[in-house]
Parts: sequence; structure tokens; C-alpha cells
Amino acid sequence: MSVNYGSKRIVVGAHYGLRDWLSQRITGALMALFTIILLAQLIFSRGPIGYDLWAGIFAAQWMKVLTFSVIVALLYHVWVGMRDVWMDYVQPVAIRLVLQVFTIVWLVGCAGWAIQVLWKI
Amino acid sequence: MTELATPPRPPRREFRNINAFTDLTTYRLPPAGIVSILHRVSGVIMFLLMPFIIWMFDTSLSSDYSFAKFKAAFNTGIGFAPGWFFKLVALALIWAYLHHFIAGLRHLWMDVSHSAVTKEFGHSSAMFTLGASIILTLALGAKLFGLY
Repeated sequence: MSVNYGSKRIVVGAHYGLRDWLSQRITGALMALFTIILLAQLIFSRGPIGYDLWAGIFAAQWMKVLTFSVIVALLYHVWVGMRDVWMDYVQPVAIRLVLQVFTIVWLVGCAGWAIQVLWKI
Repeated sequence: MTELATPPRPPRREFRNINAFTDLTTYRLPPAGIVSILHRVSGVIMFLLMPFIIWMFDTSLSSDYSFAKFKAAFNTGIGFAPGWFFKLVALALIWAYLHHFIAGLRHLWMDVSHSAVTKEFGHSSAMFTLGASIILTLALGAKLFGLY
């Protein structure tokens, strides 16, 4: 992509199709793995499921690191998905741009909040 | 001059400016199509309810005290919102997550396996996705509302 002029100039497509498709698969697989790991920790736990057990799961450093990467993966996964939705159903460029900016602000804000919660434990 | 072997066909119906209410409702949507649109709907639901999800993450994890507040929200409610309302929103999220999860795994499977990309598998896996997500939602919903 570094040379994009002369005979090397790419004149068709935005060429983000494959990247978005692949990243949505990879981030999706990571979140599915996280879901299974979290469920396994709950199912194979002993005793009542209360605060101590629940907070204990996220207190482990490896779980914090995994959850952090899941939050980042979720951010990108949802951005690709929501942008697809706006591109398919909202044609006026101005409204679409406003919705896309709203999506970015919403997602970055949510990700920041979730990361803050994660490191409070 | 030889005659054309096939009789002239009736003119094809043309669709321009498809109306969402009069035209779309006449389309036959196969199970795979239902799974596909519900994948979108469930994704948008979770996107919009993201602050509620993180609020649950926050109150359930921050402290012993906030965990009690988290439980109380679902049992007695908070402010003007009664407990059953929180449970109903949580149930919607449970369905959305289950559907999105199973439909997503179906996507991954179809991406890595050629034998999964057939008309028959598309139909049967779509039926499985719809059935499994609804049955699991009902089972977890019954637990959530204290039926067992």
C-alpha cells in the first residue's frame, strides 16, 4: 500500500474487506474462548457463588490480562459490526457520519470504563 | 427461419424502491436468513445495552457492598425501576449473547470447513442455532425468575 500512484495505483475498492472479515473472526474466537474460560471457572467452583468467588476470578493477573485483551477485541469487533450496519441501512452521508462518530465515542467510553473497573479489583 | 425452441417467457417482475412493509413481507426468508438478521439484531442490542453490561460488571466486582447493591437491583429494584425490569433486560441480553455466540461459532465453522458450506448444512445449522439459543434462553430465564 506504500506505493499508490502510477501503474501501482489501486483504483477500486477500499481494500479493508479481508482485514475486517479476518479481524472480526479472530476477535470473535478470542471472546468465545474467554466465555468458555469464565463459565468453566464458575461451573467448576466449590461453594456458593458470591462476591469472593466472583471477584477472585478477576483478581488473578492472567485473568486481568485476558479480560483486557477481550475488551480491546470487543471494541474492534463491535466497531466493524456497527459500521457494517450503518453502511447497509443509512445512506445519507451526514447522518451516517454522525452515527459512526457516535459509535466510536460510545465504544471508546465503554472500553475505558470497563478497563477502569478491571484494575480496581 | 427456424422457430425459437423455447416459448417466450413471461416478463420478469421488476422490483424498484422495495417497500419495507408491502414488499419485504412477501419475501420467503429461510432459517439461515432469520439467523443472519437476528445476528445483527442481537449485536445491536448488546451494543446499545453496553453501559448496562459494564454497570453490572462494575457493581458486581467493585466491593462487597456494591455486590449487595447488584443483587438488590434484581430482587427489589433501584429507584423507579423494579427488579423484574432488570431481570427482563438481563434476559434480553442472555438471548442476544447466546444467539450471537452460537451464530458466530456457526460462521467460524463455515469458514474453516468446506463440507459446512452446503444448502443442507446451512439449513440444519440455522435451525440448530435458533433452537439452541431459544431453549437455553428459556432455561436460564426460568432460573433468573426463580422458577427452579
